[in-house]
Amino acid sequence: MNGTTRSWPLWEVFIRSKAGLDYKHAGSLHAADAAMAIENARDVYTRRMEGVSIWVVESKHIHASDPGQNDSMFDPANDKIYRHPTFYDLPDELKHM
Amino acid sequence: MNIHYLLQLADDALILGHRLSEWCGHGPVLEQDIALTNISLDHLGRARSLYQYAADSYGELPAEQKATVFQSMQLNNMAAGGHKIDEDDLAYLRDEWDFRNVLLAEQPNTDWAYTVARGLFLDAFNSCLYAAMQGSHDVRLAAIAEKSMKEITYHLRWSSEWVIRLGDGTAESHTRMQQAVNDLWVYTGELFVMPTETKALAAAGTVVDTATLRQSWTDIVTEVLRKATLDVPPTGTWVQQGGKEGRHTEHLGYILAELQYMQRSYPGMKW
Repeated sequence: MNGTTRSWPLWEVFIRSKAGLDYKHAGSLHAADAAMAIENARDVYTRRMEGVSIWVVESKHIHASDPGQNDSMFDPANDKIYRHPTFYDLPDELKHM
Repeated sequence: MNIHYLLQLADDALILGHRLSEWCGHGPVLEQDIALTNISLDHLGRARSLYQYAADSYGELPAEQKATVFQSMQLNNMAAGGHKIDEDDLAYLRDEWDFRNVLLAEQPNTDWAYTVARGLFLDAFNSCLYAAMQGSHDVRLAAIAEKSMKEITYHLRWSSEWVIRLGDGTAESHTRMQQAVNDLWVYTGELFVMPTETKALAAAGTVVDTATLRQSWTDIVTEVLRKATLDVPPTGTWVQQGGKEGRHTEHLGYILAELQYMQRSYPGMKW
């Protein structure tokens, strides 16, 4: 099986732990195609009842933000406390916010 | 329940599970290494349920009958000495001639093609057998069958997909997959042979008459081989058999030597 590992693409695995909850990134693995990626994910990441549903996506399709730009990307949100709902005083009549 | 019949089922599961466990740490890629180990543990879990049932059935026999079930000295001595035989004793203290697994289960892994071909043949057989067993008049057997079916369904999918991948892959993988199918084919006939002593149980509806499964097994396997662009080997009249009556190929002795070494060398050892 020389070279096999190198030629199989990498996939990112997302697991939904319970119906209704969101999918969480579980990790990555190698597989020849999507069907094998899902089965590999089942064997690698759901052996202990961790999931009820699996998404896989080839890692090359994930586009990520640049950590080097974190200052300009994320820090500006730091002092915008008015973007949080708790910033606002609510009338007492409003019970279910 | 007939002990020899239960052991036939249990030994198939234990020996195949052990064979697959030999891949642990040696799989071609990490993900498939884990897949095979998972499958191996499914087989061991099924073996355990069946050995427990066999041990219970053995325990219910009168003493003089107990002495005739096995030809394994260590086990017989322990039973005669009043030791209650349990599932571990059945797995670790029976000699080769008391094992009743089919010859196919003990065939070596050889390479990935042989491993998945052997898997396909046995998984397809198990899927037919355990599906039918769910309707057994024996409630304990029916319950084991029901639990096992989900696992077996996955095993069959896994082995089928690999046979198709390799058969319909490159020229080399096709050739090697076909070779594995051809070489192991001679052992498939034994799956459908019913030893005389279990025929009466089949007639009573307690166990499945495996001869009735041949057509559905052939349909499953033929379909997978067709998708894999592989030829179905001709089924001759000659059937390689003997496992169900305790006559094995040279491979089983080596498996048991490794599997049973610890309990044989240090009887009663626990860890």
